[in-house]
Amino acid sequence: MKKHLTKLLIFLAASAVLFIVLQMLISANIINAYYKRILMTICINVILALSANLVINYTGQLTLGHSAFMAIGAYGAAAIYKAGVPFVVSLLFGSLIAAVSGFLIGLPTLRLKGDYLAITTLGFCQIIVVLLQNIPQLGGAQGFAGIPGKTTFAWVFFSMILTIVVLHNVVGSRQGRAMVSVREDEIAAGAMGINTTRYKVMAFTVSAFFAGLAGGLYAFLMMFINPTMFDYFKSMDLVIYVVLGGNGAFAGCIASTAILTVLPEALRFLNNYRMVIYPLLLIVIMILRVKNIRLARLKGFFRKFRKGGENDAAA
Amino acid sequence: MSFVEFLQQLINGLSLGSVYALIALGYTMVYGIIGLINFAHCDIYMVGAYIGFFAATSLGLPFVPTLILAMVGSAVVGVLVERVAYRPLRKASSISLLITAMGVSLLLENGFNAVFSSTPRSYPHNILQQKNITLGPVHTDSLHLIILGVSVLLMILLQFIIYRTRIGKAMRATSADKDAAALMGINVDWVISVTFAIGSALAGAAGVLVGILYSSIDPYMGIQPGIKAFTAAVFGGIGLIPGAFLGGLMLGVIETFVTAWYSPLAGAIGFIVLIAILIVKPSGLLGKKASEKV
Repeated sequence: MKKHLTKLLIFLAASAVLFIVLQMLISANIINAYYKRILMTICINVILALSANLVINYTGQLTLGHSAFMAIGAYGAAAIYKAGVPFVVSLLFGSLIAAVSGFLIGLPTLRLKGDYLAITTLGFCQIIVVLLQNIPQLGGAQGFAGIPGKTTFAWVFFSMILTIVVLHNVVGSRQGRAMVSVREDEIAAGAMGINTTRYKVMAFTVSAFFAGLAGGLYAFLMMFINPTMFDYFKSMDLVIYVVLGGNGAFAGCIASTAILTVLPEALRFLNNYRMVIYPLLLIVIMILRVKNIRLARLKGFFRKFRKGGENDAAA
Repeated sequence: MSFVEFLQQLINGLSLGSVYALIALGYTMVYGIIGLINFAHCDIYMVGAYIGFFAATSLGLPFVPTLILAMVGSAVVGVLVERVAYRPLRKASSISLLITAMGVSLLLENGFNAVFSSTPRSYPHNILQQKNITLGPVHTDSLHLIILGVSVLLMILLQFIIYRTRIGKAMRATSADKDAAALMGINVDWVISVTFAIGSALAGAAGVLVGILYSSIDPYMGIQPGIKAFTAAVFGGIGLIPGAFLGGLMLGVIETFVTAWYSPLAGAIGFIVLIAILIVKPSGLLGKKASEKV
């Protein structure tokens, strides 16, 4: 227990130092507005990827509709902020209704397995998009405009740290181990007395909460949201971050999210062909991965780093 | 809604549904044989529409050769995708394969967008004369009937291939048990290629038919019908050919009626039906509950 606490404190101290350094670079304008925005997008995507990671990698349930919870969080937070609620409370409210909808959706759909679950979650995501397009109070298909730019670098950074710490603890907990057992073998887990549905729904709910948080931050960063921002392409991006990140390791997931968020920006010089090269790289990476030139090496590198006791130590 | 209107809507629904069924068949065949949700399938449909477009405009071909050329072209693209992107991953985890399929899908969409631009193009009007047809009190147009007819013809052809030919038997055997089929001397790689070819050809045909019906094609035209067709395949019972057929027709009819009644729901109704059916019957309408071996 004590060791655990020390590791957590080291991790928090390290992230505080990282934050101060980044913040200083931002104020000194070494990181200009463009890079700052990319940095903030990375933080939001990391929150999303880690939350999807809990469901996809740890619990082994393939969801293709995670962006729906992001949408619910974004619209929920933006709408209640308009009603005159403070920023923090609106973020929290967005996350909470995302979690509640995660629970409500998870309850019936998580009985389905594998690809049936995948297509149902995808369908759910499309339903949410269509619903949002047809609620004129939320801007309908034109989108919800006039959201103040409340999201600052500190907000996204510390939300990300919070997500890392909480999810890391969830994964290491008794419940987290139950989730892993569901992934490994649902029947065996059931036979050992684990209520598999309960843990699947739990993973889904927790994950939806953080997706909602990311959605709220995203809304106050973009200052404008519309339903198609959260369609199934966004969900696919998340699945790609998570799968390329490797088998659930947080460091791998964070690294792949950061790389894949920067990649499309870095390819901007290709203009029109940028969006052709990106999927091409994706296919090549997937094939190379199987041919044993994996990102896992990167993962091994991080693991060594962790053994050194410096980084990612909330375990 | 009067009875006549009902019949008219039914014809529209069936013709839309037959297009969904054509696309759904490709999804379900590929799923049945390698267990992959082939996300790129909807883009093969788009590729078919483009091949048909160029056959009709640049080559000035009439309807039937255009359709055949588009089917052959899509079949080639489908087989190529399988060869290059999916085959190296055959033994990898299903999620890696899924991501690769998403990559191929994006590649085809954005590739066509980069090469042919995103401006919608329209099929020449003279490729199929649109005539109003009156069947008793029911007014409909020839396009819907032709689409329905061509789709049904292709599906009968598919049934014949699957149940009456040698390669069809090999496909059924491979889908039941890949390893056992290989041990019986079936060339599994070849069978998988043929499956992709047939599925893609059907999607290509659907692309041409829809291109003519809506007279507008663009690189992202496959996304919506693709998701819907896959939904249809799932709620019919994925991996089952009659399931895709039934699911496609049902979805088309339901969607048409719901749209006529309350149009904002059009985009979502397919999924609402899907979720409702799967909650009651988790392996789809025609799917059998497979007992799990421990």
